[in-house]
Parts: sequence; structure tokens; C-alpha cells
Amino acid sequence: MLTLTCPCCGVSGEETEFAPGGEAHLKRFGPGSSDEDFRDYLFQRQNPRGVHFERWRHAFGCGKWFHAARCTQTLEVFGTYPGQTSTPTPDIIAAIKARRPEWEPQA
Amino acid sequence: MGRYSAFAIAKQAFSHHKGWDRAWPSPEPKPEYDVVIVGAGGHGLATAYYLAKNHGVRKVAVIEKGWLGGGNTGRNTTIIRSNYLQPSSMAIFEKARSLYEDLSQEFNYNIMFSPRGVLMLAQTEHELRAWKRTYHANRIAGIESEMVTPRQIKEIVPIINLSGPRYPVLGGLWQPRGGTARHDAVAWGYARGAAEMGVDIIQQCEVTGVDRDAEGVTGVQTTKGAIRTKKLCIVVAGNSGVMAERAGFRLPVESVALQALVSEPIKPAMDCVVMANTVHGYMSQSDKGEMVIGGGADGFNNYTQRGSFHHIEETLRALVETFPMISRLKMLRQWGGVVDMTGDRSPIIGTTPVPGVFINCGWGTGGFKAIPGSGWATAEMVAKGTPGDLAAPFSLDRFTEGRMIDESVAAAVAH
Ligand SMILES: Cc1cc2nc3c(=O)[nH]c(=O)nc-3n(C[C@H](O)[C@H](O)[C@H](O)COP(=O)(O)OP(=O)(O)OC[C@H]3O[C@@H](n4cnc5c(N)ncnc54)[C@H](O)[C@@H]3O)c2cc1C
Ligand SMILES: [Zn+2]
Repeated sequence: MLTLTCPCCGVSGEETEFAPGGEAHLKRFGPGSSDEDFRDYLFQRQNPRGVHFERWRHAFGCGKWFHAARCTQTLEVFGTYPGQTSTPTPDIIAAIKARRPEWEPQA
Repeated sequence: MGRYSAFAIAKQAFSHHKGWDRAWPSPEPKPEYDVVIVGAGGHGLATAYYLAKNHGVRKVAVIEKGWLGGGNTGRNTTIIRSNYLQPSSMAIFEKARSLYEDLSQEFNYNIMFSPRGVLMLAQTEHELRAWKRTYHANRIAGIESEMVTPRQIKEIVPIINLSGPRYPVLGGLWQPRGGTARHDAVAWGYARGAAEMGVDIIQQCEVTGVDRDAEGVTGVQTTKGAIRTKKLCIVVAGNSGVMAERAGFRLPVESVALQALVSEPIKPAMDCVVMANTVHGYMSQSDKGEMVIGGGADGFNNYTQRGSFHHIEETLRALVETFPMISRLKMLRQWGGVVDMTGDRSPIIGTTPVPGVFINCGWGTGGFKAIPGSGWATAEMVAKGTPGDLAAPFSLDRFTEGRMIDESVAAAVAH
């Protein structure tokens, strides 16, 4: 079972209390960008078997968006962090490293 | 490999059935092949089979990290139908459905294809209109499918509750020539047929890396050593993202767990497949008597082959209203498979940014029914180097060109 802790209100809940929002930290491309960049923004996705950064919403709680770092193979949650950041925070990187020493953040 | 027949059974009986050959051989990898296929699921094996049969390409290896048919091909609920909406989907799914009809004879191996009929319920006005549109599209394409009224539905499925209250049955789309087949046997039949024509099927061997030079692919690294090849075809469903990364490109694909479950066996109660897309559930009865039930997919990426528990409750809650008699059934077992979902929920068959590397993936929740047609189209593409008419619409470029296939073939629901 997947249990997440909302960094906005501090409540821990089972996954049915949250709504998944897909890959985190996508770089947005819009009008004027190349076809490839626009495709990447809309469709191309990280799909790792392991550490993954995601957006979630505390749908049946405070309603706020936030980020989570999670292992897609074991469902282990390394931590959650605020939505107001466009890269994983140093704290969350450290938390992942503590559990997965061989893991390297992607450039 | 001997032929299977009543005569062969009688003959083997004299030696207490100890003289049967293995159903297919288990070779060690050779240093080089004309084509290497990664993944011995239905799609990979069918590709190998049609490469040998239709195109005379026989120096082919299919490399499988586990056992053949142990991926989604051995985990699905075996629904086969072809009444889709878009011309490109109708073409490939109908090709597959019609090939299914003769596969048992062709393989000399019973795949238990059972054209028992597939009924897709309309439980909202919107769904009713969508099915009517599909029905007309099917008629234009020459695919047999009919709209049926609630009264006709009650005749086809006497155990159904039409009146709701939450999900009243307003009508349905009925494909009498759709049905089910034995999933393992489809993989085993293709494996036997391909091996007979000289294809090497190498199990317990993971492809761990892709070798390339400036011109393109040169071979693969595996847990049984390096293998050289100029043509590599990746057919690994839920693991497509991982394999693409090893080959050096990215895909518009995300992997999620999709579940199914079966009840305790009961006497024959339903002789067709019923799909209720509004409530995310579908059901058929296996030859053993179990009610086979499929449900929803997880909403977040994962490789657990298990799936979230609450989906079972959601699926059963909705199905119990439509089939009140199942409320007293005990469920026997539940399992999951990792399905590969693309941005437009249609599959990908195409060339990739790496010359010599081909891909077949993105079948998501609905690719069992497509195995023969997909193998046929993929073999043609690999043999000729470019996709033919069946495969062309499913190319990877469509995501750059904005040429989506508006179908939801692999929607996270029933298929
Ligand atoms: C619960 C469930 C219900 C479904 N119900 C239906 C249905 O009713 N009707 C329908 O049409 N479809 C259904 N599907 C979808 C269908 O099962 C799949 O689309 C189809 O089986 C995919 O076949 P495949 O050959 O592409 O993949 P798979 O059968 O998954 O084969 C891929 C193979 O690749 C191997 N592999 C992966 N990585 C490597 C590597 N690095 N090296 C070597 N080998 C590797 C895997 O071990 C696996 O055996 C369902 C799926 C699930 C999970
Ligand atoms: Zn909250």
C-alpha cells in the first residue's frame, strides 16, 4: 500500500486520499518552440524502474499540489516536498541517496 | 518436433506417454543473428513466426529474461474483438481477429479460440452515442458488429440486471465473432511454430545493453554473453522505457500496473464476454467455470505486477450492481501485469532514432487481441526495413507530427 505525507498540511494518508499528477519538473514548451520540444513536453516521459519524481495532489484533504520522490519498483516513498520548486530539493536528493547509494540524479 | 494428433496420443500410450518430445527446443545463443527480438511475449514470438513464415528470415533469436509468455501475455483476460473506431485500429485488430480463427489448425496446437461474442454495454447516453458511431464506422469497414437493445442484451446475458439504478443498461455494441482464446497457448503455439522454422528462443536471458556504432545497432549484451545483429526489435511491453534507455532513446510511454482476478468456479452462467466501460469492469467465464474479472489500472507509474488494492473494491462494487448474482461469489486469486501506456493510448510499431532498432510497444491494456496482426505487421517492417500499410499509422513520428490516433485502444479500462 502506498502511503504519502502531504508537505502542505502534514497529513499522512493512504493513496486513495491523493490524486497522481504524473512526472514532476517537466519543462514547459509552448507556441514558438520546435516540434521536438513540444512533443517532449506533451508526451515524452521518464519511465524509470526505480527512483521517480512525481506530482501529487492532496485531493481529499487540503487540495494542494506537491511533489514526491518514489521508487516505482518497491513503492517506497523517499519523501515529499513542496510544489513550489522546479528541481528536486537537496534534502530529497540526500534522502534518496541514503536509501539508494548507487543512484545518480539525471542531468 | 512431432505432430500432435489422436493417432500420436494412441501411439504414445504404448510407451506410457514417456516418449513425447519437448514442445520446443531450448538452444544456447549463437554469436550472430540476422534479427534479434527482445521479449518472448505474444508480440515478440508472433513477429519471429511471421519473419520466418512470410519473409523467409530464419536466422532469428527471441531473447526472454524470464520464461516465454510470462509477461502480460500470460496475465491478461484474453478478450478478442476488432470493433474499434479509427480505420488504422480497425485494420490491424481485424487482421488479428481473422488470423486467430485459423491459428489452431495452422500451429497444430489448440489455442482454444472461442468466438463466443463480446458485448460492450452502454450505461450512459454518451456511451450509447459513441457505440453507434463505432457501429457505423465498423459497417463501412466491413467489420461485423451490431447495436443491440436492452431486451436483446437480456437474451444474450440472462444474469444481467438492466435497470440500474446507478448504471442502467441502455444498449450495447455486440461483436458475435469476438471472444477469447487461451493466452498461454497463443504464446506456446507461436513459439512452437517459430522454433519449427529455425528460430532460436532463448529463455532466462536478459538483454542488458545495446551495442551501436556510428551506423546504428551492432548487437546486444545479454546475461548469456554478447550477440551480434544488424536488426534489433524491442518488444518488451511494460519494460519498454527501460529497454529504450539502454538503446539510447526515449519513448512517449509510461508503465503502470493493471489487475485482474478470478472467482471460485461455478456452473456455466454466462457464455459471452461482457464489458462495462463506464464502471471500469468486465467479465467472462473460463472453461474451468471461474468468473474472470478485469479492473482498473493504477494512476501512477509502477513496476509492481500487483496493483493497488482499492481498484478491486471499485471494480466489484460496480459489477455487483450489473450482475447481482456475483455478490455471493468468493474471489480466488488476483494478479497484475505492467502495461505500457502511450500518450494517445494507441500502440507504437515503428523505426526508432537508432538505425536498425525497431520497436513494438504501447499495447497497454489491450494488446492480447492484436498479437497475430501486430506480429504480421512488425515482421513486414523488420524484413523490409520500413513499415507497411498496417504498421505505418502507428509510427513513433506521430507524436512529433501531432497525428494522434484518437481511439483509447489501451485506455486504462476494459479491452
Ligand atoms: C490484467 C491484464 C488484463 C488484460 N486484458 C486484456 C484483454 O482482455 N484483451 C487484450 O487484448 N489485452 C489485454 N491485456 C493487455 C495484453 O496482455 C498485452 O497488451 C499483451 O499481452 C502484450 O504482449 P507483449 O508481447 O507486448 O508483452 P509481454 O507479454 O509482457 O512480453 C514482454 C516480454 O519481454 C520480456 N522482457 C522485458 N525486458 C526484457 C529484457 N531486458 N530482456 C529480455 N526480455 C525482456 C518480459 O519478461 C516479457 O516476457 C491485459 C493486460 C493485463 C495486465
Ligand atoms: Zn494536504
